This record gives sequence, C-alpha cells and structure tokens, in this order.
Amino acid sequence: MSLDRSDVEKIAHLARLQIDEADIPEYTENLSNILDLVNQMQSVDTSQVEPLAHPTDAVQRLRADEVTETNLREKLQTVSPAVEEGLFQVPKVIE
Amino acid sequence: MFEKTLAELAQGLDAGEYSSVELTEAYLSRINAEDGRYNSFITVTPEQALAQAQAADATRAAGEAGAFTGLPMAHKDIFCTDGVRTSCGSRMLDNFISPYNATVVEKFNSAGAVCLGKTNMDEFAMGSSNESSFYGAVKNPWNTDCVPGGSSGGSAAAVAARLVPAATGTDTGGSIRQPAALCGITGIKPTYGRVSRFGMIAFASSLDQGGPMTRSAEDAALMLNVMAGFDSRDSTSLQMPIEDFSSQLNQSLKGLKIGLPKEYFSDDVNPVIAQQVQAAIKEYEALGATVKEVSLPNTALAVPAYYIIAPAEASSNLSRFDGVRYGHRCDNPVDLEDLYKRSRGEGFGAEVKRRIMVGTYALSEGFYDAYYKKAQQIRRLIKQDFVDVLADVDVIMGPTTPHPAFKIGEKTSDPIAMYMEDIFTLSLNLAGLPGMSIPCGDANGLPVGLQIIGNYFAEQKLLNVAHMLQQATDWHRMSPITAASAGVSEV
Repeated sequence: MSLDRSDVEKIAHLARLQIDEADIPEYTENLSNILDLVNQMQSVDTSQVEPLAHPTDAVQRLRADEVTETNLREKLQTVSPAVEEGLFQVPKVIE
Repeated sequence: MFEKTLAELAQGLDAGEYSSVELTEAYLSRINAEDGRYNSFITVTPEQALAQAQAADATRAAGEAGAFTGLPMAHKDIFCTDGVRTSCGSRMLDNFISPYNATVVEKFNSAGAVCLGKTNMDEFAMGSSNESSFYGAVKNPWNTDCVPGGSSGGSAAAVAARLVPAATGTDTGGSIRQPAALCGITGIKPTYGRVSRFGMIAFASSLDQGGPMTRSAEDAALMLNVMAGFDSRDSTSLQMPIEDFSSQLNQSLKGLKIGLPKEYFSDDVNPVIAQQVQAAIKEYEALGATVKEVSLPNTALAVPAYYIIAPAEASSNLSRFDGVRYGHRCDNPVDLEDLYKRSRGEGFGAEVKRRIMVGTYALSEGFYDAYYKKAQQIRRLIKQDFVDVLADVDVIMGPTTPHPAFKIGEKTSDPIAMYMEDIFTLSLNLAGLPGMSIPCGDANGLPVGLQIIGNYFAEQKLLNVAHMLQQATDWHRMSPITAASAGVSEV
C-alpha cells in the first residue's frame, strides 16, 4: 500500500508534527513500507474473533469517589515552559 | 568486586567486608573512568547515591537492613525520579526534572537501594538498538562497533560492562529481553500488571511492563521482590498476593516439560544461535526435563499486529507532549498550532515521529476497523496459541533473537529490518505473558540469549528454570571485561 506526499502531510497535520520538507520523501517511503508490513494481517479471517484489548481481559478497576490527592500545582509547574499566576501560558487563541 | 552479583555483594555488606559507601564510591569511579566507551548512562547522580549509601550504612548499623539495603543499581531513564532529570532518551524531556517518583523508584528507595544514575535508552523506548537516543548510541561492551540492543540498551550495557550490578528496564516488545540477550545478561519481563507503570513514561500502555536486568536469575528474583506488587495508582496493576520470587529458585527440574515451537527454529535464525540454544536445551534434559515440539502458528503475525497496536497507543500517549505544561517548547510560536507542531517537530526524533504517524493513520477516521480492531483480533489469536501450548507444557524455549548483536548503523536506514529482530519477543507483550532471556552461549565473541516463556504469573517457575541452568553452567559468568583482559593482565 502506497502513500503519497499529501497523505504524509495530512497525517503529520493530524499528529500536530512539523516535518521538514526535505524529509517528506523518506517518511513517505518508510510509512508505505510499514503499512505494507501491517497489511499482512488482512489475509487472516478474523470475522469470528473477539478483539483483545487487555492481555488478561481485565476490566477497569473503580475506586470510591473521594479526594485522595493533594494539590501539587506549584511543584508540578516548576518544570513548565511558561507560567503566570498558576496558569499555563500559550499564544493568544481568541482575538 | 565488579564481577560480583547482587546476592554476593549483599553477603559482603552483611559480613562487613565493605560498607555501602565504599561500594558506591567504587562503582561511581568505575562509571567515571569507563563509561566514555559505552555511553550507557545519561545522568550519573553521585551526590544522591552517596546520601543513599550513608543512610543504608546507618540502617545496617542499627540492625535493620533488608535484602536490598545498600546495594547499588541504576534506573532506566524512563522511570521518573524526583529532583533528577528524566529524559526518556528524548530532546523533548531534556529539560525535565521530574517533580515526583515512579512507584518503582519509590520501592527501591524504601528498600534502601543506592541508585547510581539513569541509563541511556532508545527515545521513548522505541527501538531495538539504542541508536534512537537523543544522547547518542550505546556501545555493546562485547564489541563496541555493535549495538547493545534496545530499548533498555543503556541498562544492559552498564550491567554487562560491570558499571553497575543491576538495573531496571522496561519491555514493550522485547526491550528487556533483546538487549539482555545481545549483552549477555539476565532479564525478565513479568506478566503484564505485575510491576506498577505509575511514573514509568508511557509508550504503549497495554504492552508496557517494567522488570529487572541483572547478571543472574537469583539477582532478578531479588529485584523483582522489590519491584512487583499492587499499586492503586496504576489502573492495570494486578491485585495478587505478594510472592517471594527467591523462594522456588532451587526446585528440581525433574519432569519439567519444555515446548520448542517449530516457528522459533526456522532457517531465519542464525545457525550458531540455533545450535547454542539447542545445547542449552540438552542441559535441561540432563537436569531431568523432557522436550517436545510444539507450534505457535500465528508467530509471524505478531510483527504486523504489534506495529499497529504499539504505534496507535503511542500516538495517543505522546499527544501529551504539546509544549504547554512541561517538556520542550519551540521559540516564538506565532499561534497555538505553531506551538504544538514546532515543539513536537523539534522535540521528537525520526523513529518517534514515524511511529506517531503510523498510529495516527491507523486511528484516523475510517481506518479503525481495518487496523486497530484487526490487530486486536490477531492479538487474541496469538494469545490463544500460547494458552493452547501452555496447557500442555510448563515452559516454552527458543532463541531470544534471530541474530547476535548487529553493527551500529547497519539497520538504521531500514526500519522494517530493525522491527524483524523482535519477532520472538513481541508476541509475549501482545499476550501479556512473562518471559526471560538468559545467556546460553557465544556466537563468535557475541552473547546468545535463551528465551524462556511461562504461563501467566509463572515468574517463580521462570526464575527457577533459569537459576538451575545457571547452577549447572557458567554462561551467565561470561564477562566482556575478563574476556578482553584474559592473557593480557591478571583478572
């Protein structure tokens, strides 16, 4: 299965990844090869097979709805690129 | 001292032959002197290590030492360590000083372990050669032109080069077992859910599992005693009674039933590896085991299924790296989309980008059934293969990898060739089963790994089976250090 340049550009946009223009041909080739590999799956009839999401088919554990965590905002924000008054800063999104 | 296992070092500490501070200083100066050749550490933490060693010596003096008190070790740089850079091998987290500890780190701290530093790894654990690290490739101590395997390549190389007696690793598709095989050490990937994933930076959440990388099965049991256990902070943590993984090591193997999957002994396996693995199986027969051929017919499908499930989960997990809350942020973003795209484009390396894009494609509108659902159906077929065989035999054995360590740069331009190196290890992660790799031979100066696969929760059995071979043979004592200096100077 073969992808073209516009497919790779679209996927990179969906993944919010900037890809250098010069690298697009290599990604196109690599991703096409990987899709060829994974498409080997299509030769197997799995119409009667239940998908396996968890290795031991375990279900999500629930806990009581109680406050168990303390507020670590200040400590956690020590590694943030831009913070003001406890808020994360990003470029203006509303004009 | 550097050839000693954890168990032997613990005896020396108990006997007062050396203190934990002396041991720690000796290992730190060895890392300082030797690691330039291997690049196995990203960060060495001498101050924290010496403080932990002093505390351990005080605990011992007070008569309160446990099995791990004062023993040196290292963590793969995927485990968040409070106050220490936790990079995950990525430029994205080059500036990330973790504000908290992973459960695994906390458990070793509570056990009195001394962490010497954080080991190198493939970026976000994506790789089989440790060449995708932002901090440069790790060199295999057996031959520094060769890769150590990956993604836990720094841990494997550090343990093999005697820079540390043991280290933690993580295994999503073979990342403990494959580098253990290529570096000639012992590694175990426990049953999915045995070891807490809290604070272990996520790659593919339904596959990731932490585990020990050591020089013997006895040491792996010691480490697993510290690492394993239920953790309420990990939603997929197993609620199992606590086991003593050291307690069954010496059980006789008389009557042990070993299954040899014919798919694991195909012509694609390097003939020297096949021969050495067969020789190890003969040793097991001498120890009283019986052998039969079995079949895991869906083995070849593990690679395609894995390369949908792992990238799909990775694309979701790695969406958190957005340049907003922590991690790399690009300079002067013009708007939010530019901030996301450039921060991620600059922060991630090529292999991580490839996998995020494969995962994004597989999960994109209209493709879910053809890729992710299909891969999960194949996943059940692979699991069922193992369940059927393990109803009939106690353990499954085969080579851990089809080839010995390859040359640095040999497979970097061909991702598919790299992926195929994990053909025998990926399927266990898909099935969630425990597996080990132990050294069992030598292929022209490079180590050979024997993979031992057991049923769910059968870690005690695997460790017992591995330990008994290590009592009967000396493959686990092979050392690249003594091999290199043999005949040149005294050892």
